[in-house]
Amino acid sequence: MKAPDFRYLKPKTLPECLSLLAEHGDLAQVLAGGQSLMPLLNLRLAAPAVLIDINGLSELSGIREADGSITIGALERHEEIAQSAIVRQRLPLLADAAPHIAHIAIRARGTIGGSVALADPAAEWPACCLALGAEIELASTRGRRRVAAADYFQGLYTTARQADELVAAIHFPPAAPNAVHAFREISRRRGDFAIAGLALAALRTGETLHNVRLAFFGVSDRPILASNAMAALEGRPLGASMIEAACKALGAELSPPEDPAYPAAYKRQVATTLLARILGDLQAELLDA
Amino acid sequence: MLDDNNTRIALTVNGETVTANVPARLNLADFFRHDLGLTGTHVGCEHGVCGACTVLVDGKLARSCLMLAVQSDGARVETIEGADASGRITKLQQAFHRRNALQCGFCTPAMLLTVGELLRVNPKPSRDEVRDWISGNLCRCTGYQAIVDAVMEVSA
Ligand SMILES: Cc1cc2nc3c(=O)[nH]c(=O)nc-3n(C[C@H](O)[C@H](O)[C@H](O)COP(=O)(O)OP(=O)(O)OC[C@H]3O[C@@H](n4cnc5c(N)ncnc54)[C@H](O)[C@@H]3O)c2cc1C
Ligand code: FES
Ligand code: FES
Repeated sequence: MKAPDFRYLKPKTLPECLSLLAEHGDLAQVLAGGQSLMPLLNLRLAAPAVLIDINGLSELSGIREADGSITIGALERHEEIAQSAIVRQRLPLLADAAPHIAHIAIRARGTIGGSVALADPAAEWPACCLALGAEIELASTRGRRRVAAADYFQGLYTTARQADELVAAIHFPPAAPNAVHAFREISRRRGDFAIAGLALAALRTGETLHNVRLAFFGVSDRPILASNAMAALEGRPLGASMIEAACKALGAELSPPEDPAYPAAYKRQVATTLLARILGDLQAELLDA
Repeated sequence: MLDDNNTRIALTVNGETVTANVPARLNLADFFRHDLGLTGTHVGCEHGVCGACTVLVDGKLARSCLMLAVQSDGARVETIEGADASGRITKLQQAFHRRNALQCGFCTPAMLLTVGELLRVNPKPSRDEVRDWISGNLCRCTGYQAIVDAVMEVSA
């Protein structure tokens, strides 16, 4: 189908963009990479009166490092993040996750801000934000605020963002020298949204993990931290019995929504298998290093 | 369509400057096909899944069904017609022909542009890398094997 009609506005500056958002609120939609919004328009699942194209706003681009923390502008494309030297070095979890997002032509246009604004429960970036304890920076004519990822993602396509707010940037805290990470997902075909996926971040001392964060996606209405499985791993040397305990805890705490294509029991099984594989790999890595 | 919702755009298509007056809701694929008569850009799903509408925008692969024509203002765009005329994909086209890497041909223009881009950034891909790269381009005829064969032949 073809998109319904709308007014197309392309602000030249961020203040102009924020005024337009304040003026049109709910009636407007921001157009970033268009890789989720355009399908919704073409399928007529969305019919905004106004589209505000933010692609001309250079203030929203760039990947910057300051005092160890890294800020990624909302307009950074998935592929730019994947190729960024700073990201590869300092946020390797993101570099590992990026190739799983859609296909090359979509990664070349889709943005991290768009992914975080949309909050698809099976999307990779939101889970990485949660695993790494990122903050989402929101901007409006009322000012700027930062919301921790854990508070920002609130439900199915639902976030802490108000209608007049723009996702301006994502802030990642400094990574410790002993940080470890891992990323895995299972999808039917490379580039499809995940059936289930896991972004892991932790600190290591020898073979012991601390501050373990297991962010699962595709298994709930939003990315979630598996706190019981995290507790099972915390502060103990990683070994077979711990891995088993963590997987058991995970199986008990996950309650995926029923879905005709992927029953809850199946998703739980996939998530548990992912955890077992990720921890098995990590154990081998820790022994090697 | 309301005339006052039309926007004047100027862009480069296959090396030539094009100016047009386009309605906001017109997508880039339809602009090529209906306004410019460039029908090598195919339209399958209109929601980003099939990849048949893939073109190059400012040197990057893009789904033309997921871009508005107004967003191409100032851009440099290449469609299969331009890539074909330039001669830069001739070897690939010949390998596709030789290897039977097309049957109905619906996916072929976008497939050629997509693998052409792969060979530009990675001249010697593995078979897995080729499959990964074309994961967003559906082909309902060939089963992909012959497409991968053709790409491997050119990359060797
Ligand atoms: C075939 C296909 C497969 C895909 N597979 C995956 C996948 O496996 N994993 C995945 O994560 N994604 C996938 N995607 C989606 C893709 O990653 C999108 O790029 C992403 O979800 C949205 O980013 P965008 O920049 O394209 O946003 P848009 O489509 O432009 O916008 C999406 C929504 O966010 C709002 N928005 C955008 N930017 C901002 C901002 N800065 N502030 C406030 N609101 C904003 C828009 O108004 C809109 O409601 C897929 C898409 C397609 C078409
Ligand atoms: S028509 Fe654009 S991806 Fe299918
Ligand atoms: S040749 Fe028919 S779809 Fe690919």
